[in-house]
Amino acid sequence: MIRLRRPGRRAALPYLLLLPALAVELLVHLVPMVVGILMSFKQLTQFTIRDWTTAPAAGTANYRMALDFNAPVGRALLDSFWTTCAFTLLSVGLSWLIGTTAAVLMQDAFRGRALLRAAFLLPYALPVFASVITWSFMFQRDTGLINHVLHDQLHLIGDKPFWLIGDNSFTALLTVSVWRSWPFAFLTLTAGLQNIPRELYEAAALDGAGVWQQIRRITLPSLRPVNQVLVLVLFLWTFNDFNTPFVLFGKAAPKAADLISVHIYQASFVTWNFGAGSAMSVLLLLFLLLVTAGYLFATNRRRGADD
Amino acid sequence: MIDPPAWFRRLRRLVLLLLAVFTLTPVAVMLSSSLKPLQDVQGPWRWLPSHLTFRPYLDIWTTVPLARYFTNSLIVAGSATALSVLLAVLAGYAVSRYRFPGRRLFTTTVLSTQMFPGILFLLPLFLLYVNIGNSTGIALYGSRGGLILTYLTFSLPFSIWMLVGYFDSIPRDLDEAAAVDGCGPVRTLLRIVLPAAVPGIVAVAVYAFMTAWGEVLFASVMTNDQTRTLAVGLQGYATQTDVYWNQVMAASLVVSVPMVAGFLLLQRYLVAGLTAGAVK
Repeated sequence: MIRLRRPGRRAALPYLLLLPALAVELLVHLVPMVVGILMSFKQLTQFTIRDWTTAPAAGTANYRMALDFNAPVGRALLDSFWTTCAFTLLSVGLSWLIGTTAAVLMQDAFRGRALLRAAFLLPYALPVFASVITWSFMFQRDTGLINHVLHDQLHLIGDKPFWLIGDNSFTALLTVSVWRSWPFAFLTLTAGLQNIPRELYEAAALDGAGVWQQIRRITLPSLRPVNQVLVLVLFLWTFNDFNTPFVLFGKAAPKAADLISVHIYQASFVTWNFGAGSAMSVLLLLFLLLVTAGYLFATNRRRGADD
Repeated sequence: MIDPPAWFRRLRRLVLLLLAVFTLTPVAVMLSSSLKPLQDVQGPWRWLPSHLTFRPYLDIWTTVPLARYFTNSLIVAGSATALSVLLAVLAGYAVSRYRFPGRRLFTTTVLSTQMFPGILFLLPLFLLYVNIGNSTGIALYGSRGGLILTYLTFSLPFSIWMLVGYFDSIPRDLDEAAAVDGCGPVRTLLRIVLPAAVPGIVAVAVYAFMTAWGEVLFASVMTNDQTRTLAVGLQGYATQTDVYWNQVMAASLVVSVPMVAGFLLLQRYLVAGLTAGAVK
């Protein structure tokens, strides 16, 4: 028996199925985003925040304050922005490089490969707060492993430096960030490598291509579509990363490692300047939108040129 | 690569060994320190405990209310995962099986929320929850419910995207055969599509659970003493004078074991899911 259905009910079904997902996305992401944009035009302090809708209007004052690079607030925001840019470039670059190296080296089967792969995925599987807190123990000046190895065992450095305050904090943060994100690059690229037919390598070997030529002419080009997605995802994650610095340094990061997410958190929740914090968030979003749009445009055009 | 030469194998062994050391050192630190007496972790670093003790594993439960944090994290991450998977299955099924106006707009909008920095909507969401609480009496701020609602949306976009890929790979002939047998859309979903998509659903659930279990930013703002999760609670081992590093490491290990075990057991599905979604 074939059931007959009224067409109206049929057409509504996909929307009914989407409705729950749409509702929570609206409530948690889209409405707060609109609210955030509205808030950036208000004067919000710990006194007016309780009922932010009636808070006095600020016009563009919050934006002018965030972008006035000669005044302390704007200056600090700009510094934090450059720190985040340098940090993101280095972290994404190194994570990508290590992830690619590991994926290429582990493409062929060898003894212990499965075990090694499981080990490489550990940083991705461990909860952030547990692994980063371990790193902060390793970076302790007097009791940590890093200074013990570098100073006591290898005699590479004369004095035991502080790693979690001062300029060294940038290196510390970068190390932990690369440790956390390269396994994701590895995992994604490993998945990408599984699509390369083995005959390609056999044909290349017959033609006398060596190791480097096989990697350069077969492996790397075929990873390009995966890399286009991977680099963008790594960029967005690293640029927005809050968890790593927050667990490593606490509420106030040292100046050399003051990433923009923590900086805005600090401006909003520690110094109670919610209006300025919102304006900074909106500026951050605009920047990310621009970079993402530019990146997608550039990679799509290149892909188009290849076809 | 076909028959790599000996020098390549040696280089490969060296590089992979260095990477393994880099990757595993924190895990070794966690394990070794969690078995040390307090004076060992307060003095200069030593690789092995001066004498082996399991004390930290007993003390962690009393120094901070770890069991409560654990329960909170389990409830929050578990509920967020269950709800996120449910909503993703419904939405993924709709996107995969129906052509309707607004389909592309929906996927683009939902996926683009992935790129927003958390800090952008943390503050408005916090105020929204406070306002909803004040006007309706539904306590979202400070409650587990608010955190569950927040976390379920974090993994939702990726889950929908991955499940659409999975559902697409299930032949539609099966749906049609079911329709001829008199199954409606709901029965088709339950009887045909879901059983075939189990690996994808497992992968999505693992991802959702990991996302919720590890989140720090919203947990630090949206919880109070009673609803605090592990992500924030672990910092409680630092007193004003001392950090009980041996206990911190023991607690870190205890809260990591379920995650790592689950992940390693199910990593095959994650790779398969990534291959289906990202690489295609």
